[in-house]
Amino acid sequence: MAAAQSLEVQEKRELVGKEEKTVPARYFIPATDIHETDEALTVVMEVPGVEKKDVDINLENNVIRIEGRIDAKKYDGLEPLYTEYNVGHFARSFTLSGKVDQQRIDAQLEDGVLTLTLWKAKDALPRRIEIG
Amino acid sequence: MAMVFADPFSTLFQFQQALDSLRTSGWLDPGPSGGGAYPPVNVFRKGDDIVIVAEVPGVPKSDLRIEAKGKTIRIAGTKSLATGEKASTHRRERLAGTFDRAVTVPVEVDADRIKAECRDGILALWLPRAERDRPKTISVS
Repeated sequence: MAAAQSLEVQEKRELVGKEEKTVPARYFIPATDIHETDEALTVVMEVPGVEKKDVDINLENNVIRIEGRIDAKKYDGLEPLYTEYNVGHFARSFTLSGKVDQQRIDAQLEDGVLTLTLWKAKDALPRRIEIG
Repeated sequence: MAMVFADPFSTLFQFQQALDSLRTSGWLDPGPSGGGAYPPVNVFRKGDDIVIVAEVPGVPKSDLRIEAKGKTIRIAGTKSLATGEKASTHRRERLAGTFDRAVTVPVEVDADRIKAECRDGILALWLPRAERDRPKTISVS
């Protein structure tokens, strides 16, 4: 089991986007796991500090773009003394393959972890063929 | 020139600038003990009190253990990744494991009044400065 292993610090990667931002805010690339089962693809991404209402998931031209914004107001009145990580919004996009049913995508946010379930299209499901 | 556009971005921007300048300055070295361990922390001052913030996405409250003694706060816990059986992995970037870290702050802390909150993967600890450590105002006679 991997649980006994001691956890190492992951440096946050900053997003270098194709499009430029008009506001001076930083975006980071959330650490993401992708798993596949027979029925669905699961995308799990870490977006600490992002509330449910601040998550945007957009699907356009087979590209799913996930954006999570943090609330900078929470840091009002706090004067930094010592820092080890930078704070910013999160964004990442993935190109979907044709086997995903684009009408059926579920999203869940818990403890700063966003889980997307991309259900596979009916005709992409594996079929067992009986020998007649 | 003053930037005229309004918040919340300007707040964030200022905050990030402050972080950047601190990162590159040698101020506060060696700083709180255990630097470089998981979870990375940011330490803030709010009035007289100290606020410690850490990102712990995917760690439920029940798997976190916070202890305080004197000026030292211990943050320990386990982070596990729930993977369904029979799932094949395409991409693995998240890390799992146990962590145990002590952070020493430069002021005397009232351990009984420490508040901890964990929401949306952010752990925040409010450390009130101990009454005996507060600066006293001396009136000039």
